[in-house]
Amino acid sequence: MTASFLSMQDVAMPGSRSNRNSAFHRLLAVIRELLGNPSSGFGFIVISILLLTALVAPLIAPYDPNVINLGQTLQPPSATHWFGTDELGRDILSRIIYGTRISLTIITIVSVIVGPVGLVVGTTAGYFGGWYDTIMMRVTDIFLSFPSLILSLAFVAALGAGLENAIIAIGLTAWPPIARLARAETLTFRGADYISASRMQGASSLRIIVKSIMPMCLPSVLVRITLSMATVILTAAGLGFLGLGAQPPLPEWGAMIATGRRYMLDNWWLVAFPGGAILLVSLAFNLLGDGLRDALDPKQR
Amino acid sequence: MTAISVRNLSIDLGYGLAKKRILGDVGFSVEAGESFGLVGESGSGKSTILRCIARLLTSWEGDIELEGRSIKDMPFAEYCRMVQMVFQDPYGSLHPRQSIRTALQEPLRIHRMDRQLQRMEQALTDVGLNPDFLSRYPHELSGGQRQRVAIARALILEPRILLLDEPTSALDVSVQAEVLNLLAGLRAKRNLTYLFVSHDLAVIDHMCERLAVMQHGRVVEIMARDVLATGQAQDPYARELIQASLEYDQAV
Repeated sequence: MTASFLSMQDVAMPGSRSNRNSAFHRLLAVIRELLGNPSSGFGFIVISILLLTALVAPLIAPYDPNVINLGQTLQPPSATHWFGTDELGRDILSRIIYGTRISLTIITIVSVIVGPVGLVVGTTAGYFGGWYDTIMMRVTDIFLSFPSLILSLAFVAALGAGLENAIIAIGLTAWPPIARLARAETLTFRGADYISASRMQGASSLRIIVKSIMPMCLPSVLVRITLSMATVILTAAGLGFLGLGAQPPLPEWGAMIATGRRYMLDNWWLVAFPGGAILLVSLAFNLLGDGLRDALDPKQR
Repeated sequence: MTAISVRNLSIDLGYGLAKKRILGDVGFSVEAGESFGLVGESGSGKSTILRCIARLLTSWEGDIELEGRSIKDMPFAEYCRMVQMVFQDPYGSLHPRQSIRTALQEPLRIHRMDRQLQRMEQALTDVGLNPDFLSRYPHELSGGQRQRVAIARALILEPRILLLDEPTSALDVSVQAEVLNLLAGLRAKRNLTYLFVSHDLAVIDHMCERLAVMQHGRVVEIMARDVLATGQAQDPYARELIQASLEYDQAV
């Protein structure tokens, strides 16, 4: 018994190590490819900086983002306040730096909701077909036929304003394109011989979907999620701007623009810097998504 | 004992006026340990019969019995350990993102078999590959090597019946001979029953003791291998097919 257990361990170890190694090598190869192309390299670097900024926000932010200083309101950009101050005297640079945390939280939670939901709905619909496919795709159609901001507005109105509800609302509106994509991918290889072979070996439908179909859909779904992150940021900013997303005093970029709007004509820095941050980050996600599509597409190799 | 018995197998597609018969009343039987060929032109229904026996197609009428039991009543796990299939295209029959180890281990895991590593290595050795191939991916192998892996995967559950869907037609001529010799050797060693689909009469002549000639979804004649050499088939189409093949061989 012990001997067989030991030999099992011996068997398991090299396999898992070589798997992890090859996955790591593949990741390195993908990063190298991303950096090789100027536009996706730009996207990758901006996203990396964004991640770093969010991680070390308290260390690099020059001021507390929420401390009100009424003696220093509406200061233009200067050496002490690089991006100026807002109507309550808060440092805009610090607020933008802390805002990266909110944006990243939104993006992460939305992706975590949207990726698996879209993948499961799409692959099962594509694999099983028939009436299940019809029902799933009609539900997807209904979600797709609303403009995403309007639909998230409706959800937020139903659930109540706030960051958590905004995230849920965005998640509910962002999964249909991914489900569509996963279904289309599944349809292209559900009749492939390797699926037939796996069925003949007695694999259950669940096993085939999880082990054979999902790994094939994953690259394109990842690319689609990355591309939709730009939309997610914009929708979150839009909800924040409308006062339905993050509530004051949270330094959310869209909400910052909304409050700065009143002073915009005389104090351009109130909206220009958060707006620039939104532009930069959504552009970076778009470029990164395009680059990932090239790097992960097996047909391009 | 009869390993495979097919009786009155028919498939109709479409409804009403658009109804079209794809297979009509196909019947043949294969003895245990025999190698039986199915030949015919493209679209004559050879692969369709194989897919019915493989339970990949389910909407057919008639009886298919394996070792005297209808495949519709057989528990699926037991069925899988009795019959396996080798596909035509070695580039499409292995999952592109799974290593050979995963491809061979999956059936063992599904059927909870013991000594998995030993079985996997043995399966690769049996098809003439080095056990090192376990950690490779399909794109690192040649067409012939892939087909050997596909054969290893089909045999790892130790089936008694192997369905072969033109297993060599996608391969180079020299590799074809190697794979055919491998299949012949495996059959002799393990006493397997083969149902061999091909459009190449030379391959069938090499591999099978008996064969059925098919045309337009029907079996026109079942004959022994010797008939291929003499060309004295009963049916005019079968005679024509054998004649054409002989003339082609002479021309080459």
